[in-house]
Formats: sequence, C-alpha cells, structure tokens
Amino acid sequence: MKILETENLSRIFGGVVAVNDVNFSVYEGMVNGLIGPNGAGKTTLFNQITGMDKPTRGKIMFDGKDITGLPAWKISRLGIARTFQNIRLYRELTVVENVMMGLHFKVGSDPFKGRFAQAVKSYFCASKENRELYAQAMEWLSFFGMESEAQEFARNLPYGRQRELEIARALAAEPKVLFLDEPAAGMNPAETEHLMGIVDKIKKHGITVVLIEHDMKLVMNICDNITVLSFGQKIAEGSPEEIRSNPLVIEAYLGREDD
Amino acid sequence: MLNFFQLIIIYAGIYALMAIGQNCITGNTGMLSLCHAGFFCIGSYATGIICKTLGLSFWLSLPVAAICSAVVGFLIGVPTLRLKGDYLCIATLGLGEIIRNIATNMNPVGLMSIPRAELFGYQFSSRNKVTFILLVWFFVLVAYILFRQLSHSRIGRAMTAVREDEVAAQSNGINVAKYKIGAFTLGAAIGGTAGCFATAYTLTVQPSSYTFMVSVMVLCMVVLGGMGNLLGVIVGAFIIEFIQYFPQLVGLSSVIPAQATQIIYGLCLVVLMIWRPQGILGRDKYRYGDPRSAKERLVSFFRRGEKKGGKA
Ligand SMILES: Nc1ncnc2c1ncn2[C@@H]1O[C@H](COP(=O)(O)OP(=O)(O)OP(=O)(O)O)[C@@H](O)[C@H]1O
Ligand SMILES: [Mg+2]
Repeated sequence: MKILETENLSRIFGGVVAVNDVNFSVYEGMVNGLIGPNGAGKTTLFNQITGMDKPTRGKIMFDGKDITGLPAWKISRLGIARTFQNIRLYRELTVVENVMMGLHFKVGSDPFKGRFAQAVKSYFCASKENRELYAQAMEWLSFFGMESEAQEFARNLPYGRQRELEIARALAAEPKVLFLDEPAAGMNPAETEHLMGIVDKIKKHGITVVLIEHDMKLVMNICDNITVLSFGQKIAEGSPEEIRSNPLVIEAYLGREDD
Repeated sequence: MLNFFQLIIIYAGIYALMAIGQNCITGNTGMLSLCHAGFFCIGSYATGIICKTLGLSFWLSLPVAAICSAVVGFLIGVPTLRLKGDYLCIATLGLGEIIRNIATNMNPVGLMSIPRAELFGYQFSSRNKVTFILLVWFFVLVAYILFRQLSHSRIGRAMTAVREDEVAAQSNGINVAKYKIGAFTLGAAIGGTAGCFATAYTLTVQPSSYTFMVSVMVLCMVVLGGMGNLLGVIVGAFIIEFIQYFPQLVGLSSVIPAQATQIIYGLCLVVLMIWRPQGILGRDKYRYGDPRSAKERLVSFFRRGEKKGGKA
C-alpha cells in the first residue's frame, strides 16, 4: 500500500529543472530506495516532501491527505521525519539532549490541550517532564548502543556516530515514514554494516523507510523497492533485480555504450 | 568611594536585567539583535508617564513597562523574522534608533522630577543606596530564577535548537517563527523592567540616554560573560559597569575622559576573544541528566575549561 505519493512534482531553480514531473511512491512498511547520479534531484525531492522547499508545481499526498505547501514543522508533526545529507545536529547540545529534541512535539500533541497551555505546563513542570523525556531518549540511545556517549556533546562524536545520532533523533518522534539522505556517506565498511542492521531493525519496528544512497551494495541488499532519478526525471521503478538489469539505469550511471 | 561602589552595584543590577533579556534573544535563541536600548527607553518612559503624568504607583508601572516593551518586542520580532546574523543586527539597530528618535521628537527634554517609588510608606531614594540595591537585586534574582527555569525546560531547549540549527529544528516539529518572536517578546519585556528601575533611581527620563551605545554595551555583557549562561551575563554586567564608573571610583573622572571607557571595552573584548572566546563563564553548561555531582563538574571546569564534555 502506498503511504506517500507525489503527483507530477516539479522544482525549477531559475534555469535548472531539478525535479521534473516526478510520480514518486512510497510503500508502507518497506525500505524504499531512491537512487540516481549526482545532481539527479534526490535531495530536492526529499526537501519538497518534508516541506523544506516549495514545489514549483505538483502535489504531495501523505496518508490520504494533501500536504503540498504545508510548513516543514507541521509536516514533521504529521509523522514524517528525516536526516540530512550534510549532518545537521544541535552541536552544542549533548547526545541525549539531541534525542530529547526529537521527542519535543510528542509532549505538545495532547489533542485536549492547546499547544500554548502545554508549553506553560512544560515550563512549570520542567524537571518532571525532563526526567520522562530523558528516560525515553535513553531508550532510543540504547537502540543504537550509544548510552555511554549520552553526556558527550554532539560535536565531539566521530562522524559515523553523528550520522547515527541524527537517525536516533529522527526516530525518537516515532514517525510513520523516515527519510534518510545518504546515511552511509563517509562511513567505513564496518560502520556501513552496522547501519544496515539499524535500517533493518527500523523496518521491523514498522516504520517505513525512504533511503537515498550511492552505495549500490547497500541499496541492493536492503531495499524492497527502488526508484531511479536521472536529471530530475524518474527513469525506472521496481525491485532490486529489475533495477539491476534495466538498460536505462545502466545507461544513466555508465553512459551509453556507443558513446 | 563607597558611594560609587554602591552606584556600580545598582547599575550592575539594572543592566543585569537588560543582559538577561538580551541573553534570551541572543544567547539562547541565537538572534543577533541590537535594540535593547529601545526596550530600555520604552520601560523608562512607561514608568515616567505613569508615575508623573498620571500620578499612579511605581508598582503599577512595573508590569505596564514590561507589557509595553513586550508589545514593541513582538512588533520588532515579526518583520525581522526572516533576517539572520548581520542583517538582523542592522535592522534591529535601526528600529532601536527609531524608538529613540520618536521619543526625542515628542519631547527632547524628557521627564523630570518623577515621584519616588514607595513601599508601605518607605520611599526609595537615591540617597539611601542600600535599600535601592536590595530592590533592584531582588528583581534580578526573580528574573534569574524565571529565565533559568525557562532555559532548563523543554521550551528553552527548543530555543537552543533554533539557535543551533533552524532547519533541523523544523524537522523536529518546532515552529521556528513562533520561538523567535517569543524570545524577542520575553527579552524585550525584561529590558522594559530594567528601564523601569533606572527611572525610579534617577527620577528623570532623557531621550538622549538611550543611544545605540547602550545596546552595544548590553550585547558586550552577554558576549563577555558567556552566551546563554545566565550567571555569566550577570558577571558581564558587573564588569562593564565597573569599567564605566572606574574613573569616578578612583576619583580621576576629571583626568580620564569618558570616551576612555569605550576604549577599555574594546580592549576587554579583544583580550577575551583571544584568551577565552566562549566568554568568562563559557556557554550555557546545563546538561540534562549529567550524573556527575556539582563538585565534580566544577573540578572538571577548572581543569580543562569547557573544551570537551566529560564522560558519563
Ligand atoms: N537551492 C538551489 N538553488 C539552485 N539550484 C539548486 C538548489 N538546490 C539544488 N539545485 C540544483 O538542483 C539539482 C539537483 O540537486 P540535488 O541536490 O537534489 O541532487 P542530488 O540528487 O541530491 O545529488 P547528490 O547525489 O550529489 O546529493 C542540481 O543540479 C543542483 O545544482
Ligand atoms: Mg543529495
């Protein structure tokens, strides 16, 4: 079943058509791969879906709702979480506080109370609430085996750990769909292996994953469904086997044979 | 000599309130704003007008000053929302000057001989400085407790998140615009109360005293003491006020020109940026769930500064 779908989504930057009439589907409960050569428009597509960039035209449907043009913070609250290609952590906060930020709006989402009333309550009951958030955040950290680094500043973590912390922060909001933008970039093979295990666990947790990745071994191993972008256009979609043998995809990556 | 010491303590208290407000905007939320003199001006006028023109109590003017400044802070926060860094700095600088110019144009002389603040029949007079010190520092303590609670709560953490990375904050469901405007409003409110006490002490309001230099001084206090560190900014307020009144303290005000203090600020900032760029007390060091005791934390602070976090 499709949980998220874009219809003829386009984004034009001046003269560059970064995303061109893309119909992108995300299937519930699967690991959805999004691949394509550099500059194909993958990150731009992510930015549009998560509300950080406005579509030039087209429509984005999530969970039966039209979310086109909603502000990013609202989209996050609907259950779409993401990580960034260039890591965006709260560098001066500790590891556990970063994850507590991921839990931020879970507190304010009581439907019977206004968010302002909830904020006032958070102010007066800060230490009790902090204790609860801390306990939950530590659970997420143990999911990643990072409890021992909980009090470290995020900026002091090694690169691979920072990428994992970003995933932990996104996961803490318990999203319906998790968008990962090149999570394995800059990781060594051991760290990539560890990451594959994590993605698998996330999938078993029932969270839909959308993954941009250049590491073909990783993509072919863990994705259930793959979409290929090239120069802003969708050129193929299907299972890893289908994508591997698709001549259009091979051409996009390696160039035409008679060149 | 003792008199000047007391004077410094009073002004340090008034400016500590200003610095706490500036810290909310710049230290916690990361917006480089330069219009605290404007909020100071509005607070001073609110007290002046209420106590003199309307003949009402000083204690009524305190919340009114805070609310008036908060409204102006809100009005400044909304249009400057999309601006960052130096652009925000220049825009707020202009807005602060506009406030001062409006005040000057309405009445360049300002207000004189404003009635004293009273509590149960006791008059707070500038002649009895000790009671005034108690009055001002009581409110500094209140502001400190309130803002400390804020920065340790989920809301304060979200403000820090906005400072650290706006885009990431949005991805965590934070309405960045709301937090920025909120920080401006709160910071302005506390700046207004500082103006209130300044008026109660000097019993005059002069539009010429709310210049852009005041805003710069307040920003210096925050940078000097440590961004986001409440105790730090209070220390910063002390240091800056000490420098300001140093010539009078040592009885050399006729020898040392007033401009010399500005040179000393500059020197202080340069030395600090080389020696300790994170400010005297460093950035906000609050870490939730740190299992180390206060003593261990203190030891590690002196041992290696705030360079690297401790192990859990
Ligand atoms: N803000 C922007 N302004 C102008 N052009 C942009 C902007 N963002 C992206 N582009 C252009 O859009 C195209 C697609 O960029 P995008 O970052 O989405 O590619 P990508 O598929 O994520 O590439 P990579 O694999 O290198 O991350 C590129 O040509 C890029 O230069
Ligand atoms: Mg990209």
